[in-house]
Amino acid sequence: MLKFLKVLFFLSIIISCILGFYFRNEHPHFIWQKIPVFDAIFGFVGCAVVIVIAKTLGHIWLQKEEDYYDD
Amino acid sequence: MTIDPIHPGIIFILGAILLQFLKFRTLKQLLVLIIPAVAFGMLLQMPEGSYWTYDFLTYKLVLGRVDRLSMVFGYIFIIIAFLGMVYAIHIKESGQHVAALIYIGATLGVTFAGDLFTLFVFWELMAISSVFLVWYSKTDRALKAGFRYLMVHLFGGCVLLAGIIIYVSETGSTSFTQIEFNGLGPVLILVGFILNAAVPPLNAWLPDAYPEGTVTGSVIMTAFTTKSAVYVLARAFPGVELLVWLGAIMALYGIVFAIIENDIRRLLAYHIISQVGYMVCGVGIGTEMAINGATAHAFCHILYKALLFMGAGAVLYVTGRSKVTDLEGRGLYKKMPITLILYMIGAFSISGVPLFNGFISKSMIGAAAGADHRPIIEIMLHLASVGTFLSVGLKLPWGTWFGKSKGPAEQIEAKEPPFNMILAMSLTGFLCILTGCMPSLIYNILPFPVHFHPYAGYHVIGMCQLILLTGLVFYLVVNKLTPHATRSLDTDWFYRKGADLVMKFCYGISDFRTYIQGKTTKLIDGLIKLSENPGYYSRSIINKNEKKLDVFDPDFYRQPVGIGVMISLVIFSLYCIIFLSK
Repeated sequence: MLKFLKVLFFLSIIISCILGFYFRNEHPHFIWQKIPVFDAIFGFVGCAVVIVIAKTLGHIWLQKEEDYYDD
Repeated sequence: MTIDPIHPGIIFILGAILLQFLKFRTLKQLLVLIIPAVAFGMLLQMPEGSYWTYDFLTYKLVLGRVDRLSMVFGYIFIIIAFLGMVYAIHIKESGQHVAALIYIGATLGVTFAGDLFTLFVFWELMAISSVFLVWYSKTDRALKAGFRYLMVHLFGGCVLLAGIIIYVSETGSTSFTQIEFNGLGPVLILVGFILNAAVPPLNAWLPDAYPEGTVTGSVIMTAFTTKSAVYVLARAFPGVELLVWLGAIMALYGIVFAIIENDIRRLLAYHIISQVGYMVCGVGIGTEMAINGATAHAFCHILYKALLFMGAGAVLYVTGRSKVTDLEGRGLYKKMPITLILYMIGAFSISGVPLFNGFISKSMIGAAAGADHRPIIEIMLHLASVGTFLSVGLKLPWGTWFGKSKGPAEQIEAKEPPFNMILAMSLTGFLCILTGCMPSLIYNILPFPVHFHPYAGYHVIGMCQLILLTGLVFYLVVNKLTPHATRSLDTDWFYRKGADLVMKFCYGISDFRTYIQGKTTKLIDGLIKLSENPGYYSRSIINKNEKKLDVFDPDFYRQPVGIGVMISLVIFSLYCIIFLSK
């Protein structure tokens, strides 16, 4: 079951990327909207960047012990 | 025959009062469901225009200003009131219902207010009634969080009132319409509004108070305060450039905090901030499409956010736990699968998965940013979408229902929540999917005509790519993403630590005063002692063995008369010598 879900997951990634070449934005506002797999790249890179930024900020600054405000 | 409509907000407030007089629980349960139904009926009867006007001093109070913008918010507020009441109907304390009903009534009062004074009165009533939904948790933390919530909102109310007074005295108009963003009055009004919209740095009250509210109260709270703030912003300040940037920053602000958050309801609270960021941004862009987008997103957001809070609330209700670190690895998916599925409907909606309602509203704001040639804003909002799916769609459900425990995981007793909770979640989930599949249901009631087709092939495919690849990153780093038992600093640090500092300063001053008082008291005690018997002290300087009397006794201290005669003779002689020698 788990293996099937994994295969399905990776298959849908591939299919969505291929379909990106067929369904193009006819009226793009910005240059990157012309790239067929832009959203896939953006999703991957953006997600990684967001995690790194949040985790770093949390680690060096924002995260404190649970009773920080002693309440 | 048509009946004259009654203000729906008044129906809620009168209903809250009536609820107090009902004896039987079944009647009470019936009433809290009938109230939203009656109010919705009234809403459908309300024609567009201005009515329910009353003269007050030299001003005119307008309780009913009805147009397409206020109607959209009216519809969704009453729909979610009904669903929230279904979710909360098992609650035995009617006090919670009373607070919720007054809160909802006040929000509707804000929605239909046609002048600034009416707006202000209902605005304050919202803050005062909603705080009870926090306090009814009856924990020490909730009590304190509630007080902070109340103080922040009363401060915001004061700022708003100051702004209104300056604005009215300068323009002479009390009517609540578009306000030119220029001068001190409008700035203060805007600050009052964005405080309720939880725009950073005025955001910390939200993730502070909402996670401490009651399971059912928090569901109600998520719908009204921030969204009524979006409404008043859309009414008064459409097209204010500042809001574009504040909104986009806000969308990412919530994302960052959600990624490192451990408490599931606080994580969702940060995503309210993020999602309201889209709306504030849309209001700031101010084009017809952007205002439509902000309004539609408020509509959809109220539904899916309520659903998410219902799901998280159900977990808290059943297990008594709301932290991922206390839930992960306990196999909750086996015990609460229905809750999980219904929660995921909300999660897919907020993430903008096609066929769910976030997809049809969120993309409208992004498209409006594109049409207005704002590349940076568009990218920022796009990035916020990624973060939303990551936290709400993956991290939270994974940690809550699945996950691996870090330490030894004791089994927890859990089952599906009561039927009414499941029913409320199912109805809300149904509406999320219905509006997602049939966007025209929402598009037809928006303030402006809609020329936007969310289900364009490239858009659907793009969104799928975004979601799937976010999922891939999650799959790769899932172990790194599990939260730790920490709490995050937010801007409430300034007033929580600041208040500590002020208290320390006050205690310091008080200690100093006590010190001075002690010393003064000692001095006065000494003086009293001295005045009791000055004779003793003066004589004891000369004679160490002087006998001490408690009080002055003239007979004891009286000197022999000869010394006195001697002194006067000496002085007299001196006087004579001086006098005669001249």
